[in-house]
Formats: sequence, C-alpha cells, structure tokens
Amino acid sequence: MSKGLIAAIVALIVLALVPVGAPSTVVFFTLCLAKSLAVLGILVLIRADQVSFGHAMYFAIGAYTAAYITAEFRNIDIMLVILAAAISSLIAGLLVGLFVTRYRGIFFGMINLAFSMVLYSGLEKAFHITGGSDGLRIRRPTLMGMEFKRAEFDLVIFYVTLAMVALCFWLVWRYLRSPLGQALGALKTNETRLEYLGLSARRVLLTGYVISAVLCGLGGVLLGTVQGLATPEHAFWSRSAELVFIAVLGGPGHVAGALSGTVIFEAVRTFAAAVLDDSWQLILGITLIVIILWAPGGLVELWKRVFLRKGKTGEEVQK
Amino acid sequence: MSTDKGTLLLQAEGLKLRFGGIIAADGINLSLYKGEHLAIIGPNGAGKTTFLNICTGYLKPDAGKVTLNGREITGRPPRSITRMGVARAFQIPQLFTGHTVLENMLLAASVRERHWGLLRNLMRIPERAEMEHLLDMVGCADVRDRLASELPEGKRKLVDIAVALALKPEVLLMDEPTSGVATADKFGVMETLMKALREAGVSSVFVEHDMEMVGLYATRVAVWAQGIIQMTGEPKTVLNDPDVIRNVIGSGEHA
Amino acid sequence: MDIILLALLDGIAYAALLFLVAVGLTLIFGVLGILNIAHGSLYAIGAYVTATIGTWLVANGYNPWLTFPALIVSAILVGVILGGLIERLLLSRIYTKEPILQLLITFAVFMILENLQRMIWGVQPYFLDTPLTLLGNVSLAGVNYTLYQVAFLPLAAIAVLVFLRYFLRHTTMGAQILAVTEDREAASSIGINATWVYFVTFVIGASFAALGGALATPTTSLVTGMGANMIVLSFAVAATAGLGQIEGAAVSALMIGIARSFAVYLAPEIEVVMPYLIMVLVLLVRPNGLFGKETVRKI
Repeated sequence: MSKGLIAAIVALIVLALVPVGAPSTVVFFTLCLAKSLAVLGILVLIRADQVSFGHAMYFAIGAYTAAYITAEFRNIDIMLVILAAAISSLIAGLLVGLFVTRYRGIFFGMINLAFSMVLYSGLEKAFHITGGSDGLRIRRPTLMGMEFKRAEFDLVIFYVTLAMVALCFWLVWRYLRSPLGQALGALKTNETRLEYLGLSARRVLLTGYVISAVLCGLGGVLLGTVQGLATPEHAFWSRSAELVFIAVLGGPGHVAGALSGTVIFEAVRTFAAAVLDDSWQLILGITLIVIILWAPGGLVELWKRVFLRKGKTGEEVQK
Repeated sequence: MSTDKGTLLLQAEGLKLRFGGIIAADGINLSLYKGEHLAIIGPNGAGKTTFLNICTGYLKPDAGKVTLNGREITGRPPRSITRMGVARAFQIPQLFTGHTVLENMLLAASVRERHWGLLRNLMRIPERAEMEHLLDMVGCADVRDRLASELPEGKRKLVDIAVALALKPEVLLMDEPTSGVATADKFGVMETLMKALREAGVSSVFVEHDMEMVGLYATRVAVWAQGIIQMTGEPKTVLNDPDVIRNVIGSGEHA
Repeated sequence: MDIILLALLDGIAYAALLFLVAVGLTLIFGVLGILNIAHGSLYAIGAYVTATIGTWLVANGYNPWLTFPALIVSAILVGVILGGLIERLLLSRIYTKEPILQLLITFAVFMILENLQRMIWGVQPYFLDTPLTLLGNVSLAGVNYTLYQVAFLPLAAIAVLVFLRYFLRHTTMGAQILAVTEDREAASSIGINATWVYFVTFVIGASFAALGGALATPTTSLVTGMGANMIVLSFAVAATAGLGQIEGAAVSALMIGIARSFAVYLAPEIEVVMPYLIMVLVLLVRPNGLFGKETVRKI
C-alpha cells in the first residue's frame, strides 16, 4: 500500500519537473495527462466489464463547452471553464446513462457508439452553431485574474492539468476501493446477488458511468484548451476506440495503467507518426489483438509479472 | 396482525403462476409467523423455488399477493424487498466470484449500514469485526481471504448463507441450505445455522429434501405438490402422514 | 403525394440494403454469440471490390451486363476469403473467452480493415453506376425511378430472406446450425462439427455484408467511413428487431429505411439521427427489441 503511495509521489514529482528538465516536451505531457483522464474514465467502466465505444462524445462535450464559454465570457478563469465542462459532461452522462445503463455488454458498447455518432454528425452538420467540421476556437482563459502569453500559458495549463490528474486519480482510486466502487466489480460477476443485497445494479453502474463521463469531459476540456480548438473529430469513433485501446494497453487492473498506458501510447505515436501515419490504426488493431490474446492484463500486469513475480494474469484472477 | 400463532410476518395469498404449460403455483396460501422455521417439502420441480422467487420479487405471480408485516410487496423488485428485511440464500450460491469471501460479506454489511460514502475504504468499515465473527461462526474463517470463485461447493453454500445473514434480515429464505455440504458436516452446519438464527431472532423458510433435517429443525412443515399446499403442520404429524410418505417422501428423497 | 411515393420507394430500396447487412450481423450473433463490429468493414470492402472489378470490366470493353454477376462474385469473394480468414485466424481462438474480449477483438479487426481499405483504395470517392443505367428507368405517377432501386434491390433482399429461411429450415446444414445455436455441447455430442458450423455461419453472414456493399455500389459513391456508419446502422436494425431475429430484421429494416427516407424529404436535419431515434424508442418500450425474448436467469 505504502509502496504504491511512494510510486505515486515519485511519479508526481518527476512529472512536475518536466518543464525544468525537458521544457520542449511540456505540451506533449499536457496532452498525455489530459488524455489519461479520459482513459481513466474508460477504466472505471471496464471494472464493471463494460466497454463504451462512444465515450469520445464526452470528450467533445468538454471541449465544446470550453469553446462556448470562452467565447461568451472573455478572459474567464480556467477553473470556471473546467467546472463548466465537468457540469456539462455530468448532465450529458446522466441523461445518456439513464438509458444505456439498462444494457450490458454488446448493447452497452454499441448504443454508446450510436450516441457518439449522432453527436459527431450533429456537430459536423449544425454549421451555424458548431462551426461545422472546422470546429470552434477555444480562447485562452486566465488564471486568478492573470492573462498569459502563449508560452506562459503552456506552462500554466501543464500544472493545472497535472493538478487535475493528481486529484482525479486519487479520487478514483479511493472510489474504486469504496463499497460503491467495489459494487461495480460485483456487478461484473453477479448482478442477481447485488439486487439481493438491496442494491440497484443499474444505479451502481450509472454512478460509474457518470464518473467516467465527467472524467472524459475533463480530458476534453483540458486537451481542447491546450490545442485551442474543439472539432467534431473529438467525438469521432476512432477517438473512442483510442481511449479503449489505451485502457486495455495500460491494463484494466489498476488506475496507474491509465497514465502509463497513455504516455507510452502517445510517445510511440509521436515517434512513429512520420513513418507510420498512414497505417496507425492498423498497428493499433494488431497490437490490441496481441494484447488480448497474449497479455490480457496489459502493461500493469506485464510490469508485475516481470518485476514483482506475481504470477497471476488478469484472466486467472477473474476465473 | 396477531393470532394465536403469534405475529404474522410473511403471508402469501392465492399465488398463481404458470410457465407455458407448466403450473408452478395454482393458488398457494402460506404464512410465516415470527419465530418460526418453516420447511417446504415436495417433489422436485413442484415450484418450491418459484415460491421463493415470487416472495423476493424475482418473479411476478399471475395472481395473488404477498404481504410482509401487513404491507403488500407483490411486484416490488428484489432490492426493495431485501431492504424491507427479507434476505435470501440460494440453491446455487450467488456470490461475487471476483471478490474475496470477506469482501462479499463487507459489501453486504455496507449496504445495510449505508456506508455508501464514495471515498470510504470497504476493508475499513466498522462492521468488519462483526463480519469476521459471522464467518467464523459458519465455519468459514479459514477461507476469509480466498476468492469466492476458488471455494469448494460446500463452503460456497455456507458463505452464501452468511452473506444473507450479514444483511440482518427479519426473514431468511433458504433453498436447500445444506445441499452441497459434505454429509458428515451437514448436521453440524445446520445446528450452528439454526442457533445463529434463533440468537438473532430471524425467522426462516427453507426448502428441503432431507426429511431428517426437516424433522430436526423445522417448527412447521408445508407440503407443496401439484401447485398447491397439500397440508401444513408440526413435523411429527406431517412426516408421518401416509399420503405424504407415499407422494412426497417416497419420490422426493434424492437430495 | 409524389413525395410520399418517392420517399416510400427510396425507403424500401434503402431498407433492402440495410436488411442485407443487418441479417448477416444478426445471423452471426444468433449462432456464434459474437457481435462482429468489423461487419461494417466487410460491407465497405464488398463495395470497393465490386467497384474495382466492375470498373475494370467496363474499361476493358467487356459486356457491361457482366457487372451484375460481378456484384455477386465480389460479395462471395470478400465473404469467403476475408470472412473465412477472420473466423479461422481470430474468432476461433476466442469463443470461450469473456464477451468483453470478443467485443474488443472484433473492434480491433474493424480498425485494421478500415485502415487497409484506406491504404488500398485511398480517400477518393469511387463510382460504379453501370448496373443502374443498364436497367433503365420506370415512370410512376409522372416521376422517373431507376428500376435498379425500385425492383432489383427489394427483390434481392426478398431472395436472401427466402434463401435463409429455406436454408435454415429445410437443409441439413441449416438444421445443424440451428442445433448448434440451441446447445453447442449437445450438438457436438451427437456428432455435429460445431467448428465447421461456426465457420460456415460466419462466412455466410460476412458474404451478406459484402453483398449489401456490392449492391449499394451503383446507388452511392464509396467514401471512407461508410463501414463505420454501416456497422452502427445495421446494429440499430438488428437491435430494434431483437438480436438474432432474422425475419424481425426485415421488419425493422423496413421501418428504419422508410422512416429515414421520409426524414430526408421532410426533415433533412434529423435524417442521420432517425435510425437511432427509432432504435432508442423501441428499446425504451421493449428492451429486447421488437421480436426479442426476455431471458430470465435461473437462480
């Protein structure tokens, strides 16, 4: 337990030193951190054995919220932008969640996908409101009354994102160990008993769903603010697929998988982009198959197997 | 709701249910009074489990109603009936196979105590000691930290009952509580179980095929056949009834 | 009045294509218990292969009527080769795994196929309208319609439905498929080769997806992303009917196809949303779809 805490603190310190040690990678790490929040959201649902192929919609909702609110209120504080995105993704997650939590497995995954495709085409077609496929600009927000130039702002948003990541990962880690979070795992193995404990399986899943939607919304608002842009592409299915991919790559067993998975994923992509741009999805798909067939626990399990000699794979734990 | 038999807890009136052509219940009237341990016996496939399913809201009857402490509960979902004080143990144990035995118990305890704070650690809820004690009592202390999926059938059955007890119910419904438990342990297990129920003041209904068990532990017996209750009464009277011996005990004893 | 007829005929033609793809999806799900997310890609690749072969035939001066058999041949090629490879190399390894992993595997296949399709055919739209122009037009109530859409597509869909019904109810292979669907273990124990049944079912289902794509080729231009759209659409059709319901898929394909084409004419802004709107409304009232049965777990 304390080992994990030390690892978390070390990771946090190392990340906090990135602007000092490798200033050129600040934006890269900000993007990674923002995305890892969304991946964390997917991870929460995987706890209940549910995969959503449409969670990028909350990512887009976060980004578009930032676009609207920064356009409406010039020089608004970034904390308010984040709060607004959290609220809008929470409301959207609740509305969609009320419907999708009636379903499990295939239906759950596909109905989420359907919702995200509706949002995607809506964003693309409603040109006068959403700016069509070009999207909307997200203006640079302020922090505690201070305005920033581009370079300064990169630093500010890096630390804001890092703080959000630290907070959210801690909260989710606590949540997953709490009765409500444990019930999410219980839902995976026996919904009947859950009901016979006096719990609504649907409400347990809905809580997890809304949490995951908010996490994706936060990822979207932070990533959008860094890039200064919200586009329909944020809601596209390939974006959702990427999130699921990273969650599986990182390993669904531990929250740490979300962060390590994202950093590795983005690093590989950055290096490989020049060479492999055209075959990126192909590589993702093949890797995904390899992981599922031969390393179902993802990176976290591989790490454990290699370094801690804990023999169990994710599959063995479940069976 | 008091009669000469005491306080009426659970009452089924005129329950009817059919699945396609099969009649499971054809006008079931059955009551459970406080402090009773009612055994339901009858041939296999007679609808005894269906009765438990109806009482707990898992199935909806075609006709009739179920009341708990005078309040109608027909049509309510299992979670709501559970919260009203009716717990259930299953013929096939229903456990969270990805969790340890203790975690299974703690989840049950946390529901009752409403520890649904998002950030409280399940392993540190105050009921932990109590739950460990309960596991000890049903003889499952040794498997406390094992995954529920790894347990042998007999232990799984006991943990299933312990989880139901962790809910601190008023009524416990059990479906063949000792099937799957090794024959040598059966009576010991049942003995501790009934003691626990009496201590906690829990009334129970149990479906049972083992007539010796019924004779020893039931305070009253109901005979279920052809979709109706053929007779009810003291174990002595019912188990010695010639009709019952011919139709039920003769055919039903392959538990 | 014209608009109603126009929308209705358009809708039926569209429903025919939807049905072809959805029935493959639902057949595979019904038998294998796997929802093949790569199904939409098989549709898209079926379309591209058809366009490629058709264009080649026409460009090399062959009889343009040969494009009709080319539709069928492309579909079977894609279904047997690509579908067969997917089943043998991947799906056959995961039948015993958890549903979530099965879902992820077919999703991975989907990603791979989408990428391959882009690498092979690029992002430029493809056309092949030879079959459409060959069949010519008919005039109904003063409006011209292409015979291909008014008659050929619906007839093709009906033929597939009749074929499937006959195949499943009156052939040995069909009986074996139904037996394996009912209970794989019991079927295996009486000597049915379940592995073979799974393979055949998947290939048939994949061929229907490819056939849907092949038949769609003359009516639309082929663009990247058509596979992604089709998987969600065909899922909407299959889910509205109830997953695994073959005749039901025909009914819901008609519902969704016609509703969508009415939306095209009357309320174009909700056109894209229409299929999902119907699916959500149906599922709200009947969570297992129009013809799906509720399963109660035995406890």
